[in-house]
Amino acid sequence: MRVRTSLLGRAGFWGLMLSLSACANGDDRPQTASSRDTGGDAVAARRYARDPFPSTYRAYPGVPTLVRNVTIFDGEGARIDNGQALIADGKIVAVGSSIDAPAGATVIDGAGKYLTPGIIDVHSHLGDYPSPSVRALSDGNEATSPVTADVWAEHSVWPQDPGFGRALANGGVTTLQILPGSANLFGGRSVVLKNVYARTTQGMKFPGAPYGLKMACGENPKRVYGSKGREPSTRMGNIAVDRQTWAKARAYDRKWTKYENDGGDPPDRDIGMDTLRGVLDGEILVHNHCYRADEMANVIDMAKEFGYHVTAFHHAVEAYKIADLLKQNGVCAVVWADWYGFKMESFDGIGENLALLQKAGTCAMIHSDDENGIQRLNQEVAKVLSSARHAGIEISDAVAWEWLSYNPAKALGIADKTGSLKPGKMADMVLWNGYPFSVYTRPEKVWVDGALLYDADNPKLRPVSDFELGLPGAGDVK
Amino acid sequence: MKALLLGFAALVATPAAAQTVAITGGTVAIGDGSAPIQNGTVVFRDGRIVAAGQGIAVPAGAMVIDAGGKWVSPGIIAGFSDLGLLDVNGVEESNDSSARTSPFAAGIDIAPAINPNAVMIGNERRGGITRAIVTPSTGGSIFAGQGAVIDLGVDADPITRRRAFQFVELGEDGAQNAGGSRPAAYALLRDAFAQAQDYRRNPASFGGREKDSLLKRGDAVALLDVLDGKTKLLVHVERASDIRSVLALKQAYPKIDLVLVGAAEGWMVARDIAAARVPVIAGALADLPTKFESLAATESNVGRLEAAGVQTALSTIGANTAPGEHVVKQYAGNLVAIGKVPGSSGLDWGHALATITSGPARAIGMDGEIGSLRAGRRADVVIWDGDPLELSSAPVAIYIDGRAQPMQSRQTQLRDRYIVPSEGALPKAYER
Repeated sequence: MRVRTSLLGRAGFWGLMLSLSACANGDDRPQTASSRDTGGDAVAARRYARDPFPSTYRAYPGVPTLVRNVTIFDGEGARIDNGQALIADGKIVAVGSSIDAPAGATVIDGAGKYLTPGIIDVHSHLGDYPSPSVRALSDGNEATSPVTADVWAEHSVWPQDPGFGRALANGGVTTLQILPGSANLFGGRSVVLKNVYARTTQGMKFPGAPYGLKMACGENPKRVYGSKGREPSTRMGNIAVDRQTWAKARAYDRKWTKYENDGGDPPDRDIGMDTLRGVLDGEILVHNHCYRADEMANVIDMAKEFGYHVTAFHHAVEAYKIADLLKQNGVCAVVWADWYGFKMESFDGIGENLALLQKAGTCAMIHSDDENGIQRLNQEVAKVLSSARHAGIEISDAVAWEWLSYNPAKALGIADKTGSLKPGKMADMVLWNGYPFSVYTRPEKVWVDGALLYDADNPKLRPVSDFELGLPGAGDVK
Repeated sequence: MKALLLGFAALVATPAAAQTVAITGGTVAIGDGSAPIQNGTVVFRDGRIVAAGQGIAVPAGAMVIDAGGKWVSPGIIAGFSDLGLLDVNGVEESNDSSARTSPFAAGIDIAPAINPNAVMIGNERRGGITRAIVTPSTGGSIFAGQGAVIDLGVDADPITRRRAFQFVELGEDGAQNAGGSRPAAYALLRDAFAQAQDYRRNPASFGGREKDSLLKRGDAVALLDVLDGKTKLLVHVERASDIRSVLALKQAYPKIDLVLVGAAEGWMVARDIAAARVPVIAGALADLPTKFESLAATESNVGRLEAAGVQTALSTIGANTAPGEHVVKQYAGNLVAIGKVPGSSGLDWGHALATITSGPARAIGMDGEIGSLRAGRRADVVIWDGDPLELSSAPVAIYIDGRAQPMQSRQTQLRDRYIVPSEGALPKAYER
């Protein structure tokens, strides 16, 4: 058990702010006429916009708040009993065992309660498969071609999905990645959101988060396109179309890199290829839906062949069979606690999957892929812990919390900004009304960037989306 | 490692069929809504509960199982499931839950299709599920057919009650099944009942065997049992107004024995449901307007229904069933949790357990037979290493009809094979 106190200096704080704005705006420049000039400005001028739908998210105001006498899981494996945490100006200021509250700070007594980082769900379809689940709002799969790297999930996200509010209030979810569905081999770009309602999706976008590319293995693409009488209708067809597409992406990358560096006639733009080029250049992270161990191994080899990296296999029901291979290749496994047997490729699912991955030292984490499961991810981890302990695998509670916030933050490329209670990071956190791995515990308060956005004791801090307003049950406890 | 896993189970000898077994020293939860009893005793013999509670004498000659530090509860009943009807949901070839192109509907009887060796039965049994209400899904009609109550025991006879109920869809799904609208679903329902009565009046002149007949003879026979109240009618609806319409069916068909399934907006009409004495098999934690028929869904639904006097049970209806039916215990625990959330309506612990034990048994009219540890019930008993509703707990011994069940499943075998992922002297295929 470690107990630490640390404070972030003013310089560190502003440094972080500056780097954030640089990420958000640095590449967003209009394309200009080609030039032979190979100087930095000219190269930049030839680049197409990398962020044409920039985040307009702004943190809501908060008050300096000290939570005291509370048990803390800091998200990076440490537990602090009888701890304290101070937040101000939207950031974590200090976390430790003895912190003085600045004058005027709100002080919350956390006796018997737990404080954790906000939960991050790396696999959600909120907004692109929202509630109500009607055809008019089903925008998650552009199932008209197996390769739709050109679509961006953010253009499907409906910011009025009631599911966002439930994930916040019942689930303590503060950040989430919205992915396209898995009908296609290349499903399109993902988007990372702060779980804060806004009028536009741009207003929810996590500032500075890299994009992801959704890919899919296995049954779904071959079923969807096989039933249309076209390639792929088999797993070998899946890999064949994947490889052909990556080969084209390499050529596209070559042409554009040459043009950007040397000038000349600009190559034709291909919006889908932009995304794949982003992957090859390491700017866009690959999130690959894949169940079976043998298929994950094929994808790892394919990624080596074309020179890209798979950040994470999602669902990864058989990851426990190749925990060593995943570790060796630096690929994370994103899994459910106990889903199994609902389709052929999930037949070998076991409740110890995540525990066995952790035991092997593989990067692993929980995910929901479900508008109900996202409301109970802490309970999903509790089930994994139970399976682990019944199998004789000891994993501490504080380490298990890494599956809920820090590891997802790493897989999303935002671990420098959120995912753990470290000074200078976004004050995204949850106060639980008891031990968060108990079925009897619920979020009591949820802060996003230091703003209190859910409070079980205050009905006014219960979000009601436009859709629900004026309908039966609006504003009810949910 | 394996010795550790087998620990308690290995110590529990398998009782002979007629032997008296006494489980002593555990925290005993009867399952009838009462609070758990410290240091209680459960006695069973010949597959039936003899007694359970405090101050129960251990009969002479009984095999005594020490459950000190453990919990003892009735086995959990899956409230609405497809256990035994399929091997893999998404593998059509293995799935007997619905028959889209069959000419039959209400007459379908799932009992002969139940496979006690289906792999999910073994996996879910290990999660503490001992019985299940198993229902067909609708295909080409609003009627799905006749469901059954089964046990999850390792034996060749899984059926507890055959043709236990008829299942019908009368909400959005029913509208789709009926050709596109709720009025069409009600037209179909009333016509089917009218034809069944025609059949009763004059079976000889009833067609029902023509290619284009709307109701087959077998369907008519099945629906007569519904009209006579011999077979319960489980009706899936979610919307408050749909619930009212279903309750109103009793005016035209006074003998029908209704059970509501789903009922996400049930809390809005809780008094009507209670007055009609109709039980509800609810979707437990449904709290999203997943469809327009469930706009007012809230996790407080079950708590509010119970507070109004409605008998409720939990099920996975409307939820993703990929985790398996054992999640109903997690659902029940959550209903205790929301009791602590200001403004929410939950359940106390005893009633939460009842929603997954005696609740489903009562809804299906079998609480004299299964669902609690009261004397005379079938001896479906689970010994847990902690509070059965808590996520950290797991069964350490399971009895169905008094017979000890294996504590291994295909899932534990996969786990044990890959506890170390790399291959040893021989490929993994040789490790078992």
